[in-house]
Amino acid sequence: MFLEHHEGELQKGSLGVLAKAAQLGDDVAGVVIGSGVKELAAEAGKFGAAKVFVADDASLDAPLPQPRVDVLASLVRDQGFDTVLFAASVLSADVAAGLAARLDAGLNWDLVDLERRDGQLVGKRPALGDSVYVDVGWTGEPRLALFRSGTFDPAETGGSAEVEDVAVELEEHSRAATMVEQAHAESEGPDLAEADVIVAGGRGLGGPENFTLVEELAKALGGAVGATRAVVDAGWYPYSTQIGQTGKSVSPKLYVACGISGAIQHKVGMQSSGTIVAINKDPNAPIFDFCDLGVVGDVHQVVPKLTELVRERRGS
Amino acid sequence: MTRPADFPPPFSASEAIGAPTDPPDERIDVGVLIVGAGPAGLACAIRLGQLLEEAPELRARLGDVPVAVLEKGKQPGSHLLSGAVVNPRGLRRLFGGRKELEDMPLLSPVESEAVFFLTGNSAFRIPAPPTMKNHGNWVASLSELGRWLAEEAEQAGAMILPETSATKLLVDHGRVVGVRTGDKGRARDGEPMSNFEPGSDIVARVTVLAEGTQGHLTGAAIEHFSLQGENPQVWALGVKEVWRVAKPLRRVIHTLGWPLRGGAKYREFGGSFIYPMGDEHVTLGMVVGLDYRDVELSVHDVLQELKLHSLVMPIVAGGERLEWGAKTIPEGGLYSLPRKLHAPGLLLCGDGPGMVNVPALKGIHYAVESGRLAAESAFDALRRGRTAATPGVLESYDRAIRDSFIWRDLEQVKNMRQAFGRGLWLGGALAGMMTATRGKLPPGTFRTELDAEQDLIRTSRPSRYPAPDGRLTFDKLSSVFLSGNKTRDDQPNHIRVQTRVPRDVADLWANMCPAHVYEVGDGDADGTVHVQLNPSNCVQCGAITAKGGRLTPPEGGSGPEYQRT
Amino acid sequence: MKIAVCVKQVPEGNRRLDPGTKRLDRSGEGALNAFDAHAVEEALRVKDHSGEGEVVLVSMGPAKAADALRKALAMGADRAVLVSDDGAAGADLVGTSRVLAAALEREQPDLVLFGQQAADADGAVLWSAVAERLRRPVISQVAELTVADGKARGKRQTEFGYDVIEAPLPAVVAVSDAINEPRYPSLKGIMGAKSKPQETVTLSDLGVEAGAKTEVLELSDPPPRGETKKIEDDGNAAAQIVEFLAERRLI
Repeated sequence: MFLEHHEGELQKGSLGVLAKAAQLGDDVAGVVIGSGVKELAAEAGKFGAAKVFVADDASLDAPLPQPRVDVLASLVRDQGFDTVLFAASVLSADVAAGLAARLDAGLNWDLVDLERRDGQLVGKRPALGDSVYVDVGWTGEPRLALFRSGTFDPAETGGSAEVEDVAVELEEHSRAATMVEQAHAESEGPDLAEADVIVAGGRGLGGPENFTLVEELAKALGGAVGATRAVVDAGWYPYSTQIGQTGKSVSPKLYVACGISGAIQHKVGMQSSGTIVAINKDPNAPIFDFCDLGVVGDVHQVVPKLTELVRERRGS
Repeated sequence: MTRPADFPPPFSASEAIGAPTDPPDERIDVGVLIVGAGPAGLACAIRLGQLLEEAPELRARLGDVPVAVLEKGKQPGSHLLSGAVVNPRGLRRLFGGRKELEDMPLLSPVESEAVFFLTGNSAFRIPAPPTMKNHGNWVASLSELGRWLAEEAEQAGAMILPETSATKLLVDHGRVVGVRTGDKGRARDGEPMSNFEPGSDIVARVTVLAEGTQGHLTGAAIEHFSLQGENPQVWALGVKEVWRVAKPLRRVIHTLGWPLRGGAKYREFGGSFIYPMGDEHVTLGMVVGLDYRDVELSVHDVLQELKLHSLVMPIVAGGERLEWGAKTIPEGGLYSLPRKLHAPGLLLCGDGPGMVNVPALKGIHYAVESGRLAAESAFDALRRGRTAATPGVLESYDRAIRDSFIWRDLEQVKNMRQAFGRGLWLGGALAGMMTATRGKLPPGTFRTELDAEQDLIRTSRPSRYPAPDGRLTFDKLSSVFLSGNKTRDDQPNHIRVQTRVPRDVADLWANMCPAHVYEVGDGDADGTVHVQLNPSNCVQCGAITAKGGRLTPPEGGSGPEYQRT
Repeated sequence: MKIAVCVKQVPEGNRRLDPGTKRLDRSGEGALNAFDAHAVEEALRVKDHSGEGEVVLVSMGPAKAADALRKALAMGADRAVLVSDDGAAGADLVGTSRVLAAALEREQPDLVLFGQQAADADGAVLWSAVAERLRRPVISQVAELTVADGKARGKRQTEFGYDVIEAPLPAVVAVSDAINEPRYPSLKGIMGAKSKPQETVTLSDLGVEAGAKTEVLELSDPPPRGETKKIEDDGNAAAQIVEFLAERRLI
C-alpha cells in the first residue's frame, strides 16, 4: 500500500485504501517514501498497517513518481508482495503506471471497490461517466490497483506497526527529472478540475448579481465556483467555469447546485461527484432525481444562511 | 391576426452572395465543387469519379482536387436524417453493375406494411394508398447510407471536407465561381479567438449545391437568380427516434389521424412512420406540415404522445431510446421546384430545390438520381472548349431532370399536398381522385401558401402532452442530448430572428422548435415579449426558416452527430 | 527537434459498452480524442518555437484509426505511424505501453507528448508506463510547457497547487487540457493531410507482442445513489444541510 504524504501528514485517501486493505485481511504493509518521514511511517500503524517499509532519503524529497517506482519495484521483488494498492492522486497514478510497466504487471485503475471472489481479487470500476459498472480482474501477479480518490474512509484501529528501512537505489532515468519549484498554491482558490468542493449556480439564481451568493458559499467551504451553460450563455459568468457536456467534467467530493435544474447536459458533467446537494425552488427539477440531499427552497434564502453557518462551524 | 411572416428575420439573401475576397493566389482551386455530403452530393461525386476515370487527360487538367465535397457536419452522416424507406432505383442506376444491393447498408426489405388511421384509443387499418406501396423498397438509416456513400465517393477520387460550412456563394460577373467557407474560432460576440481560422474562397469550374432541406446557399441562389417556381415552397417538420426493442417489428407502419387534428382550421397535415431496422431496432417519427396554426403545437411532444397509443406502445415498451433527431422536409412538390435548376456555373440537386414525393414519403432516390444527372452535365461543362457558362451546357441538366423518373413521379402527385391544406377529409378525397387519375384530375395548379403566412390560433393542446417519464417519453433537452449534439457554445449565434415579438409568435417558435432553442422571456408593456435563444441546442432542422426566422450555418462541425437516423 | 505525439481515436456519438466484448463499442466512426488535440497543438507550438523539426504522430488501433490521424495531420503534424494489428486488440496498459514504446524507440524522438485523458478513459495513465519502458523522465499534468536548451520544463498541476519540474530531453510529457487552445485545421491543411506520409506497421514489424495482464469480467448497473433525501425549506434548511454535510464528514 503506497502511502502518500504531504507536508508532514499521511493523506486521507491513502489511509482509506489502507483500511480497505486491512479489511481484506492477510499481510498488509504500508510503504512511505520521502525524506524525513520515519515518524510518519510509524503513524501508519494506527490506521491498519501491520508493517511499514520506509524509504527515507534526500533524493526522495520531491514528490516525483519515478524514484518511487524504483523503491516499490525492489520492495515487491524482495518481499514478494502479490498486490500493490494506490489511492489516486496525480503522483500515485504516475507511480502505479510506471510500476506496472516496470514489473509487467496488470493495473486496474479508477476502482471504487475490491473484493475476493472465488479466491480471486475482483475490482469494480465505473465507466462511461459512471453510467455502468465493470468488474475487472488480473491475470497474473503482482496485481496493481489504483482506487478513485476518496473511495474509502480511514479507520483508526489504534495498533502499531513494525517499521523497516529499505535501501534506496535509483535508476538513472528516475533521477533525471528535478523539482524546480514545489506546490505553489493557486492564488484564486482551487482549480475547478481539482477542487474537492464546487458550488455551482444556474438560472434559478435569477440574475448575474446573485452569483455573489455562490462565490461566498464557495469561499466559506474552500471550494471553486462553477456555472451551468444557461447562465454562461446569458453572460452571467465566464465560460471557463462552465460545467457540463460542453464544458468541464468534474467529480469533487461535494457539489452544491444552486438554482440548477439538472438537465442531462449539465448532469453528465458532474454526476460522479461524491455528494450532491441541490437547492431549487421547483420541486420537479430533474436534479432532485440524482442528488443526495435535495432542498426545495429559495436559493436567495437558503444559500446566505448556509454560508453563515458554515463560516461559524469552520471557525473562521 | 398575428402571422409569423409579419416579423421577418434580420437577414437578406444578398449576405450569402458576393464576389471572391481572398487574393487570387490564396483561393483554393478545385474542379467541381459540391456543397453537401448527402445522397445527392455524394451521388454526384461518385458519378463524376466514374466519368473522370474514363477521361484521365481531363482529370489531369482539373488539378490536384478534381472533385471536392463540403460537409458542414462533423462527418458525412452527422446531419443526415430521414425515415427511411428507400427505393433502390436511384442507387442501382448510380452504380451500374458495380455494386449490388447486398453491398449497400440497407437494413430490412419491406415485406409487410400497414397503414392505420388512429383515434385516441383505437387503430383502424386502412388500405395503403397506391402511392405508399413499398414492395421492393428497403428500410435504411440515411446517416449510415451517407457514411457508406462517402467512402465510395472517396474511393472514386473525391475529396470530402467535413466540418466545413459554406456561407457565401461566390458570384463574379453574373457567374457562380465557387463558395466561401465559414470562419472558425469566433467567440459569442463575434470576436476572433486565439485559434481563429478564417474561411477560404474555394473556386471551381462548376458548383453543385446539394445542401438538403432549407439549403442556405440554395435559397440565396434562387432569390439572386430569380429562379422561384410557381408556388412558394412549404415544409413539414419530421421528428424521429431510434430505439433498441425487445421484440422485432415485422412490418412497416404508417399512421394518419391522431394525435393530429383533422379539422381544416388546424391545418395539421401529416402522420407517423414506424419502421423496423433489422431485428433489434425500430425507428419511429412524426411528420407535420409547418403550415399548422396552433401556437401550442409541438411536434416533439406529439411524438411523445404517439408512443402511448395502444398500437405503438407495445412496440417500444421495454426498449431503450438510442437516438433522436429532427429535420424539415420540403413538401411543395412539382410546382414549388425552382423554374430552373441551374444558373451560370451552378446546379441544384435533391431536397434543396425540393425533389420530394410527399404522398410516397420518398426523396432519397430522387436526390441520388439528380446528383448523378448533375455529374453528367458538370462533366460535359469540363470538356475542352467549354465552360459552365457555355450556352446550353448546364441547361442539359434541366432537360435531363424533366426526362427522368423524378419528374414523372412528381407530376402524378403535383397537387396532392396542397389539397391537404383543405383538411384531412376533403384533402383525402381530392388525393384519392389524383391517385386514381395519376395526377390528371383535378386540373390546374393548387396554390401553396407560405407556412409563415398562416394566421395563428391558440388551443389547449399542451394539456395532452405527456409528462416525460424518462422511459417511454422524454423532454426536449434529453432528446437533444441523444442527437449527439455537442456544439461549441462560445460561438456567434447562427439563428436570425427578431427577438422582440408578440407572445403568440414567441410561443409558436418555442413550441415548434424540437430542440428547445427558443425560450419566451420577459414581457413588455406593449404586449411583446423577449425571445431568449439557446443556439447551441440547435440541430439545424430548418423549421425556423419556414416560420418567420432564418437558419444560417453555424461553425463547421456544430450540430447533431447522427449515427443511425 | 523530433516530437512524437501519441494519439488515440475515440468513437463518435454517445459512447456505450458492447455487452459482448464488455469493451468500449468502437463501431461508430472515430474522431481525434479531444485531449490529444491539445498534445498535437503543443507539439506544433514547440516545433514552431524551435524553428525547425518534425512532429510525428504515433497511434495504435484498427485501420480506421487513420481518420483520427488525418485530422492531426491536417492541424500540421508531418507524418503518422499507425500500429495496426489484430493481435493488439484487447491490449491493456501493459500491452499498449509496450507496443507504443517499441514504435517510439523506432522513431527516437526528443520529446514525446501525450494528452492527459479523463480518468475513465482507456488511455489514462499511459504516459508513465511508456516513459518507464523508454527509460526516460516523465512530467505529467502539464499546464504550461517550455522546451529550451535540451530541457523540458513543465508546470504540473496537482491537488496541492502547481509544481515546476524540469527534465533533460529526451523526455515524456503529458499535457492537460488547460495548456492551450488547439488550432482549427485550415482547409489547405485538411486537403494536404492526405498526401502526408502515413505508415502502418504490425506487431511483428516492431518485434513486440501486445497482450494484457488484466481482464474485464462483467458489466453491471451502478449502485443507486442511495436515497435522495428531499426536504422543504421552512427556514431551517441551511442548518439541515450543515448537519447532513457534517454526518458525511464533508465539513
